[in-house]
Amino acid sequence: MTVTVYVPGDTTALAMGADVVAETIERTARHQGAAVTVIRNGSRGLFWLEPLVEVATAAGRVAYGPVEPGEIAGLIEAGLFEGRQDHPLALGPTEEIPYLKNQQRLTFSRIGVTDPLSIDDYRAHHGFAGLERALTLDAQAIVDEVKTSGLRGRGGAAFPTGIKWQTVHDEPPGQKYIVCNADEGDSGTFADRLVMECDPYMLIEGMTIAGLAVGATQGYVYLRSEYPVAHRIFNDALGRAYAAGYLGDDIRGSGKRFDLEVRLGAGAYICGEETSLLESLEGKRGMVRAKPPLPAIKGLFGRPTVVNNVLSLAAVPFILERGAQAYADYGMGKSRGTVAMQLAGNVKRGGLVELAFGSTLRELMEGFGGGTLSGRPLKAVQVGGPLGAYLPESQWDNPIDYEGFAAFGGVVGHGGVVMFDDSVDMGEQARFAMEFCSVESCGKCTPCRIGAVRGVEVIDRIRTGTDSDANLELLSDLCETMVDGSLCAMGGMTPFPVQSVMQHFPDDLQPRQV
Amino acid sequence: MTPSDTRQPQAWTRESIQREVDALKDEPGAMLPILHAIQNRFGHVPDAAVPIIADALRQTRAEVHGVISFYHHFRRHPAGSHVIHVCRAEACQAVGARQLEAHVKARLGVDYHQTTRDNEFTLEPVYCLGNCACGPSIRVDDTIHGRVSAAKFDTLVDDLTTTVVEVKG
Repeated sequence: MTVTVYVPGDTTALAMGADVVAETIERTARHQGAAVTVIRNGSRGLFWLEPLVEVATAAGRVAYGPVEPGEIAGLIEAGLFEGRQDHPLALGPTEEIPYLKNQQRLTFSRIGVTDPLSIDDYRAHHGFAGLERALTLDAQAIVDEVKTSGLRGRGGAAFPTGIKWQTVHDEPPGQKYIVCNADEGDSGTFADRLVMECDPYMLIEGMTIAGLAVGATQGYVYLRSEYPVAHRIFNDALGRAYAAGYLGDDIRGSGKRFDLEVRLGAGAYICGEETSLLESLEGKRGMVRAKPPLPAIKGLFGRPTVVNNVLSLAAVPFILERGAQAYADYGMGKSRGTVAMQLAGNVKRGGLVELAFGSTLRELMEGFGGGTLSGRPLKAVQVGGPLGAYLPESQWDNPIDYEGFAAFGGVVGHGGVVMFDDSVDMGEQARFAMEFCSVESCGKCTPCRIGAVRGVEVIDRIRTGTDSDANLELLSDLCETMVDGSLCAMGGMTPFPVQSVMQHFPDDLQPRQV
Repeated sequence: MTPSDTRQPQAWTRESIQREVDALKDEPGAMLPILHAIQNRFGHVPDAAVPIIADALRQTRAEVHGVISFYHHFRRHPAGSHVIHVCRAEACQAVGARQLEAHVKARLGVDYHQTTRDNEFTLEPVYCLGNCACGPSIRVDDTIHGRVSAAKFDTLVDDLTTTVVEVKG
């Protein structure tokens, strides 16, 4: 009987050597005359265990990890192909690993389970069931489902997705667009990447449903050029979806049409801002547009456009298949459903944690993450990307929901959780926030373009002890100007990490002892 | 050898640039796809491409130049044989990216946006490769590497600059 072995093929597994692991397993099996099929699945999102090798057994899949190529001979000798669990790398049944078992995976239920490119696998795990239901509904009914689910934009702005769809739906018929924002530039985030690399048909399905809902026949995925693996896998999936009739001018014989294309960005963080993204898609410099007009009314090429993050669109197939209420049953307050939190930075057990809104940072960082990788005490955590505040320990017990975080100046954003141990110099982090903005500002508005450069200079003066008190006051002023006077969130939120350092870690901004 | 992307860029001619432009110019918002196609094939966007693109898209040369210069990804001059991107973003900083960055610069003897004297490596900064739970991360051509220590980096560089001769016994 042929043994099925799974070796993930997402960016992180590959970065940790998964290709060599897969090749070594295949080669060794051949030498031994063992009948083994290696499937390149997606990652389960348990990154500290990558490459995580799984073997199918009569009792379900069992896991081993992290597997280095040099350990494969020993693993096989210890009964890898029989799924024996005597080896030190044996982790038992995959689904029983607490990190995975304790999650509520609605959107990410298939990642790591399936072969990302297999449409049969996808269909066998509820895939395209949401689309099939959507094809039986009229457009308004689809919009209503998404509204009732309470889904809010997972890119960071948390705007109600259903309301955005309604606006585009209500525009007069004509060319409309679905644009997926896959310019996942926030450090500490990789959930969009996981969708595109590990479950690409889910995004294709979500975008197609969006097209049916608002009357759009063309979709674009704007993908960052820093994700070559996602580009390769997603493009492959697109071709297969076309071939199987899930895209094109007659979706599964319904007579409905939807075309989808991937467009690559070119290394500009600002293009994650929706209007800048649209400019870039149109072939221009990624300069932010003033709003209004909203993209929902005048978006891509001046036409009504839904711009949604990957995770918002990826949540849609579940909502259509199981019904809005099934999604809305999760969460707290006005934050409904689940949120994909991503544990990153100095963390012992980094990876993807999908949970209903309402858990806490402490639960994530200590319960799931197991504390720091270095073993030193945690000092600060940056949530929500480079524009998110650095949170001190006093804020780790607040429940994670949009309103709750906003109340104390935090940002859930795209769900990135970047952990730092006590060796971090928070003054350096504040400086970096300004430096990053100076590199990535589109340059359209003055507070952002000039403010970021001045911000670096002022922080340098504070840290070298040049008139520190006056310069601290100047930095406060500058931050206020940027927050109030910038055109978009880039300049408007860059001060958040800086202000949080001033407030919670003031000692680190003091002149440094030479 | 490391399984990194070793596609060698081709030498450009006006005709070959024109063909890349013609293949895409009627796409909506064709500018970025054209620039990607040119850089993928020739390794950079030569200045000679600017008037060709401007003509095809009915834009001014200034506008085309403005787009090329806006995006960090596009380069106007050839790179070395391999492009190394070092992640400078927060998640990698939290696990020693600043020290790695210093080591990389010292080892290669260049700063960001520069190419080594032997034309082997071009060094670029990058702000996040999406490998944030296993940093510090670098990208060598199209291959991403995680948990990169100074020693691991040196091995990578040695592998890329050494030709392995297999001797079969």
